[in-house]
Amino acid sequence: MEAFLHQVLAGLSTGGIYASLALALVMIYQATHLVNFAQGEMAMFSTYIAWSLINAGVPYWLAFLLTVGISFVLGVCIERIIIRPVENAPVLGVVTVFIALLVILNSVTGWIYTYTIKSFPSPFPEGMALGRFMSPHEVGAIGVTLLVLLALYGFFRFTPLGLAMRAAAQNPVSSRLVGIRVGWMLALGWGLAAAVGAVAGMMVAPIVYLDPNMMSGILLYAFAAALVGGIDSPVGAVIGGFVVGILENVLGAFVIGNELKLSVALVLIVGVLLFKPSGFFGKVHVTRV
Amino acid sequence: MKNRIFLIAVLLIVACALPFLVSNYRTFQFTLVLVYAIALLGLNILTGYSGQISLGHGAFYALGAYVTAILMDKAGMPYWATVPAAGAVCLVAGFLFGLPALRLEGLYLALATFALGVSMPQLLKYHHLEKWTGGVQGIVIAKPEAPALFPMMGLPLNPDRWLYFFTLAVALVMFLLAWNLLRGRIGRALVAIRDQHIAAEAMGINGALYKSAAFGVSAMYTGVAGALGAIAVQFVAPDSFNIFLSIVLLVGIVVGGLASISGALYGALFIQFVPNIADEISKAAPWAIFGIFMIGFVYLMPTGVAGAIRLLIVRRRSP
Amino acid sequence: MALLEVKGLQASYGQTRVLHGIDFAMEKGSITALLGANGAGKTTTLRALCAMVKTQGEIRFDGQRVEHRATEDIVRLGVAHVPDGRGTFLNLSTEENLRLGAYTRRDRAAVEADLERVFGYFPRLRERRGQQAGTLSGGEQQMLAVSRALMLAPKLMLLDEPSFGLAPLLVRELFGILRAINEREGVSMMLVEQNAAMALDLADHAYLIETGRVVLQGSSDELKSNDSVRRSYLGY
Repeated sequence: MEAFLHQVLAGLSTGGIYASLALALVMIYQATHLVNFAQGEMAMFSTYIAWSLINAGVPYWLAFLLTVGISFVLGVCIERIIIRPVENAPVLGVVTVFIALLVILNSVTGWIYTYTIKSFPSPFPEGMALGRFMSPHEVGAIGVTLLVLLALYGFFRFTPLGLAMRAAAQNPVSSRLVGIRVGWMLALGWGLAAAVGAVAGMMVAPIVYLDPNMMSGILLYAFAAALVGGIDSPVGAVIGGFVVGILENVLGAFVIGNELKLSVALVLIVGVLLFKPSGFFGKVHVTRV
Repeated sequence: MKNRIFLIAVLLIVACALPFLVSNYRTFQFTLVLVYAIALLGLNILTGYSGQISLGHGAFYALGAYVTAILMDKAGMPYWATVPAAGAVCLVAGFLFGLPALRLEGLYLALATFALGVSMPQLLKYHHLEKWTGGVQGIVIAKPEAPALFPMMGLPLNPDRWLYFFTLAVALVMFLLAWNLLRGRIGRALVAIRDQHIAAEAMGINGALYKSAAFGVSAMYTGVAGALGAIAVQFVAPDSFNIFLSIVLLVGIVVGGLASISGALYGALFIQFVPNIADEISKAAPWAIFGIFMIGFVYLMPTGVAGAIRLLIVRRRSP
Repeated sequence: MALLEVKGLQASYGQTRVLHGIDFAMEKGSITALLGANGAGKTTTLRALCAMVKTQGEIRFDGQRVEHRATEDIVRLGVAHVPDGRGTFLNLSTEENLRLGAYTRRDRAAVEADLERVFGYFPRLRERRGQQAGTLSGGEQQMLAVSRALMLAPKLMLLDEPSFGLAPLLVRELFGILRAINEREGVSMMLVEQNAAMALDLADHAYLIETGRVVLQGSSDELKSNDSVRRSYLGY
């Protein structure tokens, strides 16, 4: 029983990370109807930037904030320079560009930092844990994740810019008619998604250790989470993240063994797409003939 | 049409002469070009003609490769018999995967197949399957020898050359099969489904069946390629079949050109030889160069090399 | 100086030319109607004014040339477009729709005052302010669309088929409010309507458009008494 509880709680912790990444994916999907296959690598690259800063002597939380800021700018640049020219291209072209981005980021990171695994510090000191059930980092990660999610929620719900971004995602034509610069809203969305991804990366790196390939499995879980929740529902993405985190840990520990944990993601993805493609919180789409 | 036949004849002559003109290593590389061409043809049937995107075809390549390796290593089957076996297994597997997949469009299918491609190595390393798959170390295969009759005819056919001709023969069969399939009713049906699937259904084309069948056939092609590849490389291991393989195949059809049989050949040449060039440009980040090539092709030559050549021919013909 | 001056306006959708050289002008404070049958090019004219289609020719708003500007910039000059189909943000609330209308404005206190004023014109919107806009009735969504345009504090309002799908009583009510807005706040209006009778009652001037060209123009009284207009568009 104790072991089960431990797995559930650990699952909540990693679930928070999946939730953040899933939210980033949903934000981009809502605005563009595109799946950002490079989201994981962007998060990974941001985490390496944080590592460089910390290694250069910058205190953790300052490095954290700087990384979030730099990632935001990078996200905006990627959207304006690489994605915008192919926004209306056929699906295969767009997917290829995303995959190219994935590959470039992965390769450049490996080149600059080598493929040796590095350790990434956790800002949460030993000793402030929920007793024996969770490590301080696991608790801290959930806390940071929830803070980020709350901040995003507040931004979208209560600020004029957030409202404009929601409008631009839903109805670009009408948005232009009220003066919203839809192109820049898209870029902002990418910036935010990149920033959220950076947070996810920095929270997960102390657990899985820093290496250029660390995010591919996590990205898969984030995809599963976004699909389970509904690819156009931010709330769904968050709930989906926690569900996937718990499922992964519990199934991995008690049912199928840790080796096949990624297959959980695969089964979830295919399963959701088959039986409930709009997810549990998303909207059903009707195609016009 | 006459021009085409002439071109193909010339190509065939060049292809047959090739192994005698270049080193053994180059012959091996060209064998791999043929292997990739078959795989790309499979992916093209799916994406170019049928309009479905797969980011996980590396998994079927792996499946074909492992079928061959296991049959040769554990069942003692001769290498040439394993190729149709690999094709058959992948045909079934592809059809089965295609059945649920047919409900998914564009990006969603890309997502699902991406998941397949990423999880494949883990599945192959699963320790309960180790006694068949050889676990992390994989399986080593013996190199096939040229059949006895050839040395007697006075032709110096070393194993590399023999493998090349064997692969060439299989490739020719596969290409002919595809050409036949695609220029007839089936090809037109697939294009109809790709471009206007609701209208196609209204016309009586059973979209579901065609799409699953397309998936199965494309998986079969890629599986056959995997089998041939395994025989050529004489080795299978889980980590060589990761998501990057699927990405390489994707690059192949983007560069080569969709909905074209010749595109498979251009694409195969690209993915076999360009990584070496990329390596020379940047020893440390060859994939980054690859990625830049990918973006370049999407921006500048979205119909691939085959499409660009087709445009040139059309322009030259019109006054 | 006229508020809006258009010379030789041509517009195309892709390769198809829809407007073949339209000329008209609007004075500040006036209400102008664009009449014509389906497909005549009325909606396209409004879209052209907002740079929503490819255009050639001259468009002068408030003395400035705007034909090369982006939609978002033209909006900032004070042009509010109520598109056909209303363009409601269906998944946002009524109030969020209204506030989006004021997105480009910096004067917060005035925006709040305008919100109250809009609720004054359309009390039903105040009742439904927290409701999701997609659940409003057709008439309410039309009121919302007009109100959203008002929230810009525009100099010019472009209305595309405001009577579409509304019961005659509602149309009369709406047009009455439009007249009030025009008189009280001096908002100029350009109206595209298939319902020629009601449009001519509201407007001061009118232009008749057929297959992408202006074929008749004048005051609304002149058009009302014109024989061919009466026969083809007014039904008597």
